[in-house]
Amino acid sequence: MILARAIACAALLATALPVLFPVLASEIPQAERRSGYSFMAPDTRAIQDDDTANPGMLWVLDGEALWKKKSGAADKACADCHDDARNTMKGVAARHPAFDKTLGRPVSLEQRINLCRAQHQEAPPLAYESHDLLALSAFVAEQSRGVAISSPGDPELGAFVANGRKLFMQRQGQLNLACANCHDDNWDKHLAGSAVTQAHPTGYPMYRLEWQTLGSLQRRMRACMTGIRAQAYDFGAPEWVDLELYLMSRAAGMPIETPAVRP
Amino acid sequence: MASALINVPAKARRGDIIEIKTLMSHIMETGYRRTAAGDLVPRNIITSFTCRYNGKEIFRADLFPAIAANPFISFSAIATDSGKFDFEWIGDQGFSETASAAITVVE
Repeated sequence: MILARAIACAALLATALPVLFPVLASEIPQAERRSGYSFMAPDTRAIQDDDTANPGMLWVLDGEALWKKKSGAADKACADCHDDARNTMKGVAARHPAFDKTLGRPVSLEQRINLCRAQHQEAPPLAYESHDLLALSAFVAEQSRGVAISSPGDPELGAFVANGRKLFMQRQGQLNLACANCHDDNWDKHLAGSAVTQAHPTGYPMYRLEWQTLGSLQRRMRACMTGIRAQAYDFGAPEWVDLELYLMSRAAGMPIETPAVRP
Repeated sequence: MASALINVPAKARRGDIIEIKTLMSHIMETGYRRTAAGDLVPRNIITSFTCRYNGKEIFRADLFPAIAANPFISFSAIATDSGKFDFEWIGDQGFSETASAAITVVE
């Protein structure tokens, strides 16, 4: 009898708990924010620190060649409009995703490159995670190395940042976890042998040793989504861009490290 | 779009031990993986790397399937004369890439 009551109580508590504690959502204090770099072993840091050992630089070099290569029906190269990327692209990656007036919503750096291709080069879009798109975005983002990520200042972005935050806080998948459960509440702990980290998008596209290649922030988020056994959105889905935007607002002020190296 | 990253000091004193670093873009497909349909993905790796210093071979490495993509090879040499380092990567499916770097040796 007592046991049955105890079980009933426990069951009640279990159903009530998610309501009482939806997500802890203790956001990381400014002073405690850390790049994924600081969680890495010294050997992995050394790969990122040395441009001749950092495999991400192979994509940056390819991207530089693509920047100068004429493409599409307009027979124009990126450099024909934007000139020297070292001047014109500095800081661009630090303020993307950015609001696009014609689309009425934020676009990621990859989407911006493809918009530019469509509008000015009259060229077909590059596929997500294709070598050329990764190379171009790595080259563009590398120009912002050391530039602080800017807080999304555009007032029109507010609703999208809020949606990204909502997605970040929302439990999902068969494991019923929100991004925040790991990256806000347990970043100082380990998942198996790996540091959980704070999920600051400081170095994308980045070279992940596990992937043996360069990958975008969307690819990285897909890996997390699959990890919690949730259905990942398609590449380029507005949810990803909103999430990217929220992550950038969360990391505002931290320097860009592209191309970063991560385990 | 294969490309290499080479780091050789531009200048050295005769007799100095210099560090040479090379990074070659390559997928290093092991030949052990299968596609979702169960077909074996053919092996595609770099099998050999050679460095020549003014024509004379000073370093060679054989590479195998367990080596990660984009192999980074670092080694040291003694700066004897001004001249050129020639690097050569040879691999499966007719892969062949070369690169070179110049060095000035002073007394």
